[in-house]
Amino acid sequence: MSTKPFLRIDNIRKRFGPIIASDGVSLEIEEGEIHSLLGENGAGKSVLMSMICGMVRPDEGDIVYKGQSVRFTSPRDAIRERIGMVHQHFMLVPNLTVAENYILGQGSALSVISNMTTVHRKIRALSERYALDVRPEAIVEDLSVGEQQRVEILKVLFHGIDLLILDEPTAVLTPQETDRLLSLMGDLVKDGKTVVFISHKLDEVMRVSNRISVMRDGRVVNTVKVGETNARELARMMVGRDVRMELPRSPKPPGRIVLSVENLTCRAETGLPAVRGVSLDVRAGEIVGIAGVSGNGQTELSLALSGLLPVDSGRVILNGNDITGHDPAKINARRFSHIPEDRHKHGIVLPLSLSENTILQRYNQKPFATGGMLNRRVIGEHTRDLIKRFRVRSRDENQPIAALSGGNQQKLVVARELARDPDFILVNQLARGIDIGAMEFVMEEMLRQRDSGRAILLISTELEELFAICDRILVMFHGEILGELPPDRARLDELGLLMAGNKDQPALAG
Amino acid sequence: MDDMISLTFLAALASAAWRLATPLIFASIGEVFSERAGVLNIGLEGTMLVGAFCGFAAAAATGNIPLGLLAGVAGGMLFGLVFAFFTITIKADQIVVGAALNLLGMGLTAFLFRTYYVSTGKGIEIAQPVHIPWLSDLPFLGEAFFRQNLIVYSTVLVAILAALVLYRTSFGLTLRAVGEHPKAVDVAGRSVVGYRYAAVLVGTGLAGLGGAFLTLGHSNQFVEGITSGRGFIALAVVVFARWSPIGAFFVSLLFGLFYALQLMLQAQASIVVPYQVLQALPYIMTIVTLVALRGKGAAPSKLGQPYEMR
Repeated sequence: MSTKPFLRIDNIRKRFGPIIASDGVSLEIEEGEIHSLLGENGAGKSVLMSMICGMVRPDEGDIVYKGQSVRFTSPRDAIRERIGMVHQHFMLVPNLTVAENYILGQGSALSVISNMTTVHRKIRALSERYALDVRPEAIVEDLSVGEQQRVEILKVLFHGIDLLILDEPTAVLTPQETDRLLSLMGDLVKDGKTVVFISHKLDEVMRVSNRISVMRDGRVVNTVKVGETNARELARMMVGRDVRMELPRSPKPPGRIVLSVENLTCRAETGLPAVRGVSLDVRAGEIVGIAGVSGNGQTELSLALSGLLPVDSGRVILNGNDITGHDPAKINARRFSHIPEDRHKHGIVLPLSLSENTILQRYNQKPFATGGMLNRRVIGEHTRDLIKRFRVRSRDENQPIAALSGGNQQKLVVARELARDPDFILVNQLARGIDIGAMEFVMEEMLRQRDSGRAILLISTELEELFAICDRILVMFHGEILGELPPDRARLDELGLLMAGNKDQPALAG
Repeated sequence: MDDMISLTFLAALASAAWRLATPLIFASIGEVFSERAGVLNIGLEGTMLVGAFCGFAAAAATGNIPLGLLAGVAGGMLFGLVFAFFTITIKADQIVVGAALNLLGMGLTAFLFRTYYVSTGKGIEIAQPVHIPWLSDLPFLGEAFFRQNLIVYSTVLVAILAALVLYRTSFGLTLRAVGEHPKAVDVAGRSVVGYRYAAVLVGTGLAGLGGAFLTLGHSNQFVEGITSGRGFIALAVVVFARWSPIGAFFVSLLFGLFYALQLMLQAQASIVVPYQVLQALPYIMTIVTLVALRGKGAAPSKLGQPYEMR
């Protein structure tokens, strides 16, 4: 065993304007290990890795790689040193082929592309070796997200690497695809490569790593061997306090049907069919979850329910009233709340203040407005109340909402939607971009809403979120509901198969 | 009316169409490069005017047409450098800067022309048609296609070369990627800013060449506003051609045909339509194509957006 670490990061600091992204990070990665970086969103994991692969330059500190101090000024330098990173947002040009993406930026700029058959052959060989099933001539935009990720991983291997950094790779995968990825990481290590795995999912990190470093507030708070820790301890290190992993639920039978969807179909903005005959009921006092890999019609389903996308056929009935095809304002007025997937597009107006954002749907109603004039005092009081109750971290209610972190923006959206006293709450990605602490809080809030008799439909790609608070889980695949399961972690395999579109798979024992 | 469908008429029409399409071919192929890299240069009109003026001035001073063309390219690129600096380095809005450059191009060339040339009123020697041996003697085809000047012939070469560069070189591949997913290019270790500058310079260089053709290969004079909207038509050509250089060549020919048609119809005594209506033909066709093709995909997805690393 060599005494020198493969990669040593020494007291790195980096700030972006007023935001300190790295506050003296030190970390050692050993050759041939799978080292996980665990931490909440905004803990500084991605920025740290961006500095290792040359995309961001540190303000202070040293990076020592293979025993030499390195100072990368561009990603090119890192590629030359055989460091490769698979980014959370894929670095693939959608309208080019896989092979074209691989040779992008390689060789001299003036060279003529002539050796594509060699490139294709090399890609096929690599693809076979790691069982990645990548076709070099495929156009990237025709591939599913899971396939694109394999393309992205193979791209890094194609360029030749010793160190592979994976940034939140499992966020877009089904459980089976995740398994496949985790075993691939093992294969790579067997081939003599070193892997850094960035994640915020405790179970995956526990399964695959040799060592785990936990980051919080721009620092590495601890590095532990995987055998010497447990999930609870890791969660505590991430958040800085104890986290309850199970939320208590009162076993109350659900009440009357609040929202009923009958055979709904609609098309995506591209004109392609996205929702193909979805029927479901949500009752008062229950949380119904919709699981599925993103891109299976969940987005369109929630847009169609909330009036943001035209419905082709089928009906949506809320409290006995047909609201199919009504405009969003009308639907909102029927005690329908919507916590959207893309809050920047459908949830908030970034340059407006917190106050203005809290009254987006009710700006013309009493008590917020009288005679066409806004009541600034009432609006301010209302907003301050929400900020306090939902612990939104902000300077004051007049601050533009753009200045808040994603988690705090989400908390304000949740606060606003619940404050409208809805009968039905449509949630798409409840905890997107928010940290464990805040997540625990909004989940508890959702359970409180359920217990007070509201009907909730929770669409999510995060299975943990669904298991934690749902009463039953529907699985969506290719625009259809393929099946329904109780929120039982023991039936994860079944759920995964449904998410992959495998309807006829017999239920596993138990 | 008999005259209209005669072969002589058609041959003359085809010949004029190609000649009149030439400035559009250069400018639109140039703009394909620029837009493929994500930079929308609506300042083409002003750039072409600068090219037309520089070409004229250089040829008037030296009597050398190739030198004039070179001056046109250089003038266009200089203008392009200003555009690139504001839109790529300073990240100003591309539409605003483009509009400003159009105004600057019109004002500057008019001012310089009035100051130095208008009193002389002198024309210059322009590029003469080159009859291609044997081919130019073919009936119909000869007159239609093989009695042009060298600049017109060169459009074929430029179109083929542009397609080869865009689709068969590493430069072209990277350029196309820059307009779709600049960050991917950045991560692959190429400079997005560098490629965008290069694309704008290729674009404005060709636009300058297109402008210079107007004074050196078509009319023998510079006239204020000589481009008369060709820069804007070239923008429409790019959309119609779906951002392909070969497509831009043929779509430009189509617009050249409209130009030629209106000119030749004006000469027909039997046609009673007011000439203003005929003159408007290319512009009406521009609007029609843009409306007909509205919302059809294929545009580079980062068109018009400045690139921010991180």
